[in-house]
Formats: sequence, structure tokens, C-alpha cells
Amino acid sequence: MAYEAPLEKYPVKIREVILGGGEKARKIGGENALPLHFFEGSLPNPPGLALEVLDTRPENWAPWILEPFEDVASDPMSWAKKCVEEFGAEILCLRLLSTDPAGKDASPGEAAKTVEQVVKAVDVPLVVLGTGDEEKDSQVLIEVARVCSGKNFLLGPVLKGNYQEIAQAALEHGHCIVAQASMDANLTKELNIALCKFFPPERIVVDPTSSALGYGMEYTFSIIESIKLFGLADRDNMMQMPVFADVGIECWRTKEAKESRDQGVLWEATTGITFLLAGANLLVLRHPEALRLIKKITTP
Amino acid sequence: MALKGADIMKKLPKTNCKECGCATCFAFAMKLATGGAKLDDCPYLDPEVRTELESAMAPPVKLVTVGTGEEALVIGEEEVMFRHEKTFFHEPGLAVLVSDREGEPEVEEIIARIHELRFERIGHTLRVNLLALSNESGDRDTFVARVGKASKATDLPLILISGDTDTLFSAAALCADRRPLVYPITAENVSAAIPKIKELGVPAGVKGESLDEVISVTSQLKDAGIEQCVIDPGSKDLLEGIRDQTLIRRAALKKGFRPLGYPTMAFPCFMYQDKFEEALAAAALMIRYTGIVVTSLTEKDLVFPLLVHRFNIYSDPRRPMTVEEKVYEISHPDENSPVLISTNYALDFFIVSGAIEEANIPAFLCIKDTGGIGVLAAWTSGKFTGEAIADFLAKFEVESRVKHRKLIIPGVAKKLKEELEEELPSWEIILGPSEASDIPKFLSEKWKA
Repeated sequence: MAYEAPLEKYPVKIREVILGGGEKARKIGGENALPLHFFEGSLPNPPGLALEVLDTRPENWAPWILEPFEDVASDPMSWAKKCVEEFGAEILCLRLLSTDPAGKDASPGEAAKTVEQVVKAVDVPLVVLGTGDEEKDSQVLIEVARVCSGKNFLLGPVLKGNYQEIAQAALEHGHCIVAQASMDANLTKELNIALCKFFPPERIVVDPTSSALGYGMEYTFSIIESIKLFGLADRDNMMQMPVFADVGIECWRTKEAKESRDQGVLWEATTGITFLLAGANLLVLRHPEALRLIKKITTP
Repeated sequence: MALKGADIMKKLPKTNCKECGCATCFAFAMKLATGGAKLDDCPYLDPEVRTELESAMAPPVKLVTVGTGEEALVIGEEEVMFRHEKTFFHEPGLAVLVSDREGEPEVEEIIARIHELRFERIGHTLRVNLLALSNESGDRDTFVARVGKASKATDLPLILISGDTDTLFSAAALCADRRPLVYPITAENVSAAIPKIKELGVPAGVKGESLDEVISVTSQLKDAGIEQCVIDPGSKDLLEGIRDQTLIRRAALKKGFRPLGYPTMAFPCFMYQDKFEEALAAAALMIRYTGIVVTSLTEKDLVFPLLVHRFNIYSDPRRPMTVEEKVYEISHPDENSPVLISTNYALDFFIVSGAIEEANIPAFLCIKDTGGIGVLAAWTSGKFTGEAIADFLAKFEVESRVKHRKLIIPGVAKKLKEELEEELPSWEIILGPSEASDIPKFLSEKWKA
């Protein structure tokens, strides 16, 4: 029995989404093969590895996750600059924690002002995330979309309850969106179908919601993997959006990550590479060392 | 590749003699195809046809055992490319590489450290499970001495690694009753190795610089009757590893290609200098089909994430993960601490217990067995009702543990509150938050004994 390498070719590809603008604009997606399968397909864009920046000084962070940002943690602009200049982040994710209605409850105007300042400080693409509160995020993200019109941010999370308003604003002001549906590939597809009635599919990134190693990581893994296979193997064009995974926030709240620096870094890096292997095209990470590790072993 | 009932039918006597217990040969064929019957049940099968069917029906990835007794590692017989299609069956072995340049006391010390790398997690023991001894010294007597020492110091299965075939089998002869994996069996040494593998009855770690080379070696071994093999395709980094492991698994499952139908191994310890990179590559290779991952890691902080990772990826997606039914004490609660109740769905448990820990308020977390289903589904199916929870509180004598009578229930279970108020008139039933992430705020603002 002669051996012939059992290669698999897909006649379709994941949509390519462009984030940001100018020289530092970054593409994600565009592949017609499974993650890191350089031997049988084309993977034109490496997975996006974004570092997270908070708009308020973090509370209750373990010392080793705060340490890289200690000097800049109260100032989102310096924090953003440090991530780009010192840690080599090609994408940033600005989390508007201050807008949390259960916390500081900052106004949409205040939040948008911070975003405006950060976007002046760095030239890499920005992911801008609300706190997941449907109502408040809707106000905040619409304001951000307006104030930073044309900056081509990736705005999210856009949910079943607020997709119409936010996507409309993103459309008017030239931004992409993260469509979030919790842990169910069918819900991801439903939301995509609803969005695509008025929103361009090549500006949608999907988030099936993440979890950390030891805390449901395998569920997220299998959902991302099945979304990718629906898209590539079953050629479902409503499942061909790049996948987003919010890794750092999930990992650094676990007690294992808070136990030691080395264990924390690996907790995040392991969760990150697991989602990358499932098919995630954009990971949001917190520790610069987790980013370095993932990049190092997945770059050809 | 699984045979279909119709294909099997063609080979049967078609006499419908019923001696196998089935009404017709066709019914027997269908049963054979789904594993419900054995070839032995048919007394009239032609021996040649029997052999043919037997090999066609064998699992596409051979089951291989390394080591003996309770610590034996069993790998192979995997059925899917993606875990959501069914499940991954046999957890990969995590081996620690030890060089024979280390002195005997050092080897013992490393073994002791490996034995400590055992952790309990929701009723499962997570552990490092193999010791790989490498003949880095190039000296035969040293290697044999270290293997002799190590085989006495640990019950873990051994991997013996030596580029010198005589050295390899001298060491293997010392501990053959322990079924060590002998490595590497290559295109160069396979002819010399075959009689020794047969004599000692040990599994063979086949190494090739390419899959073609691996195929040539496993084919020669198979012709000699040796099928207890583990394949190392010689991958030099993670990307090569993913390519090689994927092609091997696909060839076996999708093409029924027998010469690659064996479990595999990989050596992240030779791929990366940096221990974190090595650990991360090991995690990635576990996702992508590797049967034995050899690392140099003995640090708890690097090994523990890897073990939890393996446990997660190899958990069965067809069954909800559960935790033990009991009252969990979080951060040393006392008689004034809050009492919360939830289901034994493992994810809920982790999230809720994590949130309580984050709140920094000691508490009793009552975990009721609901068969691993979440709050609402469990309430609907009668496993998380007022009556069931009252029984739980009695069974675990919760009233004797606290002075107060306040029970915090999941916020999504609004109807449960009324049921409990009826069942437990002496208790105040408090509706907690609907999202576990709001527990810290809830406890710090609302809790008073």
C-alpha cells in the first residue's frame, strides 16, 4: 500500500478582515486551511495577538501581571505606548472598564475621550471593548464610533440585544465589529445572519465567548473548532468570519494564575495557543510574555 | 477504516444457520459492523476470510501499552480528528527526560521530584506518567547502571533512549518485565532490533526522518509480527509536529493506512531551549494527536498547567463534567459564614467557587448532585427542586454547621425560592445574583449573618 500524504484542500476561505488604517493596518483571517496547516493551504495572515490596555487602573491584579505595566497603569496612553514600543504589540485592545454601570459608570463622552487620546498616542489597530452590559455598551460604543469616525476600530461586544444600534453606528463611521454569542455555534450563525442583512460580512469578527484553562477551556476550544469546520469544510459562508478570543481577562481571574508568575504566564499562554489551534484569528492577551511565547512557537 | 455491514455480508457463508444467535447472516453482519458481535460467533467462517475481516475491522490506530500494572500507559485506538466529533479516548503520556550524565543520586532526586508532580482535580489524579532515560553519555555501562537504578526507584513506565542498539537492548533486558519503550528503532537498526524486540516482548519506539522512513520501519516490524509500536516522525519544531501528527492521524483514520496506524510521540525537549516555549509546544502537541510527549520539565509551575490542559482536552464532550456532591468549605468558613447552593455541573462549580474566593469572604458552597446539568434544567427535571435541596441540607447536616438560617440560591432560579420557603420554613431564602461574576459584589454588600 503506497503512501500518499492525505492533504485536505478547501475551496473556500475565511474572510479577510482589515483592522486599523495606514501603514500599521493589520489583516486577520483569509486562510483556506486549518490553523498552522502551512503544509496544505494558504495562511496569508498570522493570528493577531493583541495586548490589553485598561482605561482605569486595574484592581486586584496579581503582582506579576501588574508588574509589566506598574509605571503606566494609571494612564491608558502611556500603557498603550509601552505595549507597542516595548512589548511589540501589533494590535491593542482597549477595555473601557470605567464605563461599567456596576462600577465607576463613566459616561460615553468620557470613555470616548480616552479612546481618542489613545488613538493619538499609537498608530496600531485598536480593538475597543465595552463591559458586556447591553444597554451601556450600546451608548458607549456608538459614541466611540462617532468620535473616532473612520479609524476602523474593531468594536465589541455586539450582542443579540444591541447589535442593531452598534452595527449601524459602526457602518456609518467605518468600523468593524465583534459579534458575540455565548458558547453555541448556532447562535453565532444566527447573529451573523441578522447582521449581514445590513452590515458587510467582511467587517465582522465572531466571539463565541472564552474561558480559561481549567474553567471550561475545552468548551470554547470545541466551539471555535466547529465554527471553523462549518466555514471551511461545510462551506457555510455565515461561518467564515474570523474568530476572536478574549483570553487574558479569563485567565488572570483564576486562582491558579494568581498563585505564581510562571504558572500565570503559562496559564494564559496555554489557553491562548489552544484557541489559536482551534482556529481563533485574534487573541486578546494580558501578559507580554504570553504574547512572546505564542508568537515564537507559531511563527514559521 | 470501519467496515460497513454490507461489505461484511459479502464474506459470510450466507446460510442463515442461526448458530451465531442472529436470525440471518445479514443481521450478524450488521452486528459485527457496530461491534455488537464477534467473528468467533460464526462457526463456518473460512479461516482466510476470517483473517481478512479481522484485519479490516481492527481499530485504525493500534492500542499500545507501555509499562505494567497500575502505572501502565495505554494509548491509541483514537477514532476522530476533532474532539467534538466524539471524544479523544486515551490521554497522552507526559514523560520527563533524564540524561544518564546525571549521577545516581541526581537520578533518584529527579524521580522523587516527578513523583511529587501529582495533583487532585475534581476527583481525578493528574500526574506525570513516564520517565525517559537517555544515553547521552554514550557509555554502555553507565546507561545500564542508571536504568537499573531508575527501574527500582519508580513504578512509572520507562522510555529507554540510546543511539547504540546493543546498549539499548542491554538496558531493556534488565527491565523487560516492565515493558519499557525502546527508542529509537530506525531504518538502520531495525533488522538487528527485530529478534531482540521479539525476545524481550517490549514496545518499539519507531523513529524516521520522514513519514516514508517511518512506514518502511513499521512495515518491517509488522512483517516480523511486531505491532506494539509508537511512532516518532522526527518533527523539529511545533509546526513540523502539527504537520506530521495531523498527516499520521488522517492517514490512519481516513485512509485506513495501516503502516501509520499507531500512536505517536514527540520531543518538545529537543525542539526548544526555553522551558516555557517547550511547555507550550507540549500543550499544542497534546491537542494535535501526540500519544507521548517528552519534556525536560519538572517544575511544578510549568507542569501543572500542562496536566490541567491534557485533562481538559481529553475530557469527554458527550458527558457533562461533574464534581462531587458535598459541602465545599471555601477559605475556612465559620458558623457565621454564608451558605450558597449550586449544581454539580463542573463549570458552574468552578465559576461560582472562583467568584467566592475572589470575594474574599469565607463561605460554605453546597453542591447538589444534578447529574452535571445546570440550575434551570436541573430544576425542570426535578433534581434541583425545593424538596431535593431540603434533603441535601439534611443529609449534609448543614444546620449544624452555621448559626444562621440563610440560604443563597442562584439568581436564575426564581421559582425555586417559593418552593424552598415552603420546604424550609425556618430558613430565609435569598435570591443571589444571576451571574456568578456578580457574587463578590453581592456578598460584600449584602451578606450579614
